[in-house]
Amino acid sequence: MSARELLIEAIYLASSVLFILGLKSLTHPDKARLGMQQAALGMVLAIVGTMFHHEIIRFDFIAVALILGTVIGYPLGMFVPMTAMPQRIAISHMFGALAATLVGIAEYRINQHGLPRSTMAALGFEVLFGALTVTGSFMAFGKLQEFITGRPVTYRGQNTVNITLFGVAIAMFLYLIFRPETSIVFYAMIGLALMLGVFMVLPIGGADMPVVVSLLNSYAGLASSATGFAIQNNVLIICGALDGASGFLLSILMSKAMNRSFGNVLFGAFGSPPALVPGAEARDLTVRSVTPEDAAIRMAYAGEVIVVPGYGMAVAQAQHVVRELADLLEKRGVTVKYAIHPVAGRMPGHMNVLLAEANVPYDRLYDMEEINSEFPQADVALVIGANDVVNPAARSDPSSPIFGMPILDVDKAKGVIVLKRSMNPGFAGIENHLFYAPNTSMLFGDAKSSLTRLVTEVKAV
Amino acid sequence: MISIIELYVFVLAAFVGYQVITRVPPLLHTPLMSATNAISAISLVGSLVLAGANHDTVSNWLGFVAVTAASINVVGGFLITDRMLKMFKREPKQAAPALEKGKEKGGAAR
Repeated sequence: MSARELLIEAIYLASSVLFILGLKSLTHPDKARLGMQQAALGMVLAIVGTMFHHEIIRFDFIAVALILGTVIGYPLGMFVPMTAMPQRIAISHMFGALAATLVGIAEYRINQHGLPRSTMAALGFEVLFGALTVTGSFMAFGKLQEFITGRPVTYRGQNTVNITLFGVAIAMFLYLIFRPETSIVFYAMIGLALMLGVFMVLPIGGADMPVVVSLLNSYAGLASSATGFAIQNNVLIICGALDGASGFLLSILMSKAMNRSFGNVLFGAFGSPPALVPGAEARDLTVRSVTPEDAAIRMAYAGEVIVVPGYGMAVAQAQHVVRELADLLEKRGVTVKYAIHPVAGRMPGHMNVLLAEANVPYDRLYDMEEINSEFPQADVALVIGANDVVNPAARSDPSSPIFGMPILDVDKAKGVIVLKRSMNPGFAGIENHLFYAPNTSMLFGDAKSSLTRLVTEVKAV
Repeated sequence: MISIIELYVFVLAAFVGYQVITRVPPLLHTPLMSATNAISAISLVGSLVLAGANHDTVSNWLGFVAVTAASINVVGGFLITDRMLKMFKREPKQAAPALEKGKEKGGAAR
């Protein structure tokens, strides 16, 4: 190993350590920022180190591409609003996977003849998962940005078609390992993987996005790691493995929080929408609606209020008004806490980021396990645009499609006020008996305007 | 040819990643996603070699697009992670008990 190679390897090793320390810092919010700045330093080191690589003989392409990437990346980092974070994350998986796929294609073109089987296996894996993630992430982005319908797009035999396509792609991959020189199969496999990405995400609805986004995160990481294997670069293998492990873990956590099996997640079959549960019995039940005045009085004289935000809060961009209301209540001596369900919103941690943006201190945000025992003591549980994650049927009704899903025990609170646009069932089309419970009052209307009314009324109390 | 050492590196890195990430609280799951995304944009190093190696025109352009895509993630990813982490603040007056709670958790994890 030449001195130059040794230097590059040493720099890569230092970067890897900084990256792992950066991720470790994320275990605590106070240290996280500094840790991630160190990780960014690791990235700069790795880029500078790479410039010493003996194969790099021209810098024009590199320079222009780096400038272009910075010009596009800067606004994506600095100006994207927090409410758009799920689609921002989804599109970034696309960029990561695109880079890995293109490097894979170029490596294949350059070394096509005489590729060892192990390298071909790595390259095949890289472009297969990379290409699938490129289109899959783009579809997820489209659904979250809502230029593609957020509803599941399904047709008969969809799973059979997808599994067959996946099987064919795997067969091509195996064929390539033994006959690496057949480039037609290589490019056909990429085409198929691109199609698979579209088909895989098509049947998946908005509420299932946390699992999809995590899974694509994992795929993008694995594709990067495979790049590392193909070009024998350890720092790539390490970072890809970290990313892959993180996405994998998050998808397990998310699927657990939705009570879907792990196999369901791996094979992407989680899109099949649950059969619509007829709400026949619900028609006999009565709904109590409440005026903003009454709701405000109940909260103003409460001892403890637990706010339960859901995707509806994100859609209405109501997080700042929520904070304003909480401030007013706290001034009156009310304890305000926030209960966060793991899959509330469209990606892991979505609600936390929105509330943090509205300056809610993070020690007021409670995970499901921490807060569930507190609901019986709460005078008011204020549900803002959340539905399935507070549906008691998950606990009590074995025939419900969401039976067994861990939920926030909102119904156990002394009183529940639900902010909701109308009585339409939520995304999954499942009737929610919480809305008919004797201790529940409904406040109909757009979450933001309802909250604004509440703020005005609490001020007047 | 891929050596067995690389497989070791992968397995151990995945193991470390799993161990570290299980301890990340759900509070920070979104920053975690953007952070891992920014870090995995390290595929930039592979793209850089490709774009600078001058194999042929097609490779140069493939490298060019790859470097652009990866550097979007590097720049955008680290910036947005920092922007998010900056927002997570603890409550000023309740600083002391919350700190103890954090310590307790850290201790239990170890």
